[in-house]
Amino acid sequence: MATAVIKVKDMVKKFGSFVANDHLNFEVYEGEIFGFLGANGAGKTTAMRILCGLSTPTSGDISVGGFDIYTQTEQIKRNIGYMSQKFSLYEDLTISENIRFYGGIYGLPVKLRKEKEQVLLKKFHLEDQKNQLIASLPLGWKQKLSFSIAMLHDPKIIFLDEPTGGVDPVTRRQFWDLIYEAAAAGKTIFVTTHYMDEAEYCNRVSIMAEGKIAALDTPDNLKEQFGAEDMNGVFLKIARKL
Amino acid sequence: MIKVQHISKSYKEVQALKDLSFEVNKGELFGLIGPDGAGKTTLMRILITLLVPDEGSARMAGLDVVNDYKKIRQIVGYMPGRFSLYQDLTVEENLEFFATVFGTTIAENYDLIRDIYVQIEPFKNRLAGKLSGGMKQKLALSCALIHKPEILVLDEPTTGVDAVSRKEFWEMLKKLQKQEITILVSTPYMDEAGLCDRVALMQNGEILAVNSPSGIVAGYERRLVAVRSDNMFGLLHDLRSWDKTSTAYSFGEFIHFTSVSDGVEGAELERYLMEKEHKNLQVKEITPGIEDVFMDLMSGSSESSES
Repeated sequence: MATAVIKVKDMVKKFGSFVANDHLNFEVYEGEIFGFLGANGAGKTTAMRILCGLSTPTSGDISVGGFDIYTQTEQIKRNIGYMSQKFSLYEDLTISENIRFYGGIYGLPVKLRKEKEQVLLKKFHLEDQKNQLIASLPLGWKQKLSFSIAMLHDPKIIFLDEPTGGVDPVTRRQFWDLIYEAAAAGKTIFVTTHYMDEAEYCNRVSIMAEGKIAALDTPDNLKEQFGAEDMNGVFLKIARKL
Repeated sequence: MIKVQHISKSYKEVQALKDLSFEVNKGELFGLIGPDGAGKTTLMRILITLLVPDEGSARMAGLDVVNDYKKIRQIVGYMPGRFSLYQDLTVEENLEFFATVFGTTIAENYDLIRDIYVQIEPFKNRLAGKLSGGMKQKLALSCALIHKPEILVLDEPTTGVDAVSRKEFWEMLKKLQKQEITILVSTPYMDEAGLCDRVALMQNGEILAVNSPSGIVAGYERRLVAVRSDNMFGLLHDLRSWDKTSTAYSFGEFIHFTSVSDGVEGAELERYLMEKEHKNLQVKEITPGIEDVFMDLMSGSSESSES
């Protein structure tokens, strides 16, 4: 039986009278690629912020990486990686500076920081460009680098918030290669996306609607359950209540 | 209605647009399809007279984008990629403001925006900054339409928008098209290309192809095979390490495969994968989608994303 690294029991988050998360229940297993989908405003960002230790739920039992969401948020932050399209790297720092900066933020010893820098530059064949500003890199490259930097401190769980938005189709697939690679190395991936083909690449997918989890299963089972040909069909049925 | 001739534009050393030419017909729903950095926004900003091209010329409804910029601004509606209405005005105040700037009233052109505006009218006294993403988008579209433009230019209206809202937005565009408005719309979502009358596929400041969606697909001359098995990750790996493979890309629940000089029959591919012990193997020849064609054209263009 797989070990659950994220446990969510009856999670509720209210903003005044508005219920953004209405009794969410789910677990995410070690080494799993877990897709977290839902329409805009369904409550995904709220839930993700809580799981990253950035916001406190109104009620519920939640642990991330074995740490309690109410009392151990600092430990949680040290054991997760986070990457989003909106916030990734510092445009006016060079590639090298970004790697060193984040290494410092994550508290890596100087020696390890230097090692990781070399490994990353080599992996992406960026040795010659290491002194270029991030701003000069194509978006796809920024996203790939940003993902690797989110893993500098070797976290168990990585949260990816729409990592591939606006990225060209070839680079989008290369990004998923990196996700698979990380999952194969035992990392747990928690990912949101608006591309329905990417939902197919997840081990399991949850779909939120109006603050609740409306469905949660493997892509194949969801398609069967909702009588849909692909995940786009499943999504439309749930979000539009057809 | 829109005529672009040999347009180039550079920002310092970055060449954003490289000698682009195409035309959009009256009443057409025309899509600029491409990833971030393709040059879509730069091209649109030239057409709506906010940027001047370095080289080449463009005409909107017969008017020159450099010399006749004041006239063009009267007949074009523009919805930028970033929400840029007045956050501290209410929904209704924003709409009134844009109507007044263009010398018209909400009442005069209400018919045009009715279908869209009724959905946000219950919130007309709410500040625009307090609206949800979907509602902001509908307000922005209403404001872009309130002076009854001949040409509507929409910069990535569906980026970051969920699949359901995206579908609804395209349904709105189809309705607007019936009012004889020419629509130029950009999107990074390849699946939206099929909803346009014609599209230009863009990458790195170049146009890879201009055609109807069916024409784009018909131009794909390779043999494309969809493959799946119980172990998709292993399948991808096995296909990529085969010397007869040209490309193998994930496409939802299938992997799309092309072989070197299209010389591999389905049976041979199946035999190879059986040897690799793939269970529940499915192999079928398929017609490509826009994304297949785009990726094929990308690999053939002078600069790929790898550059």
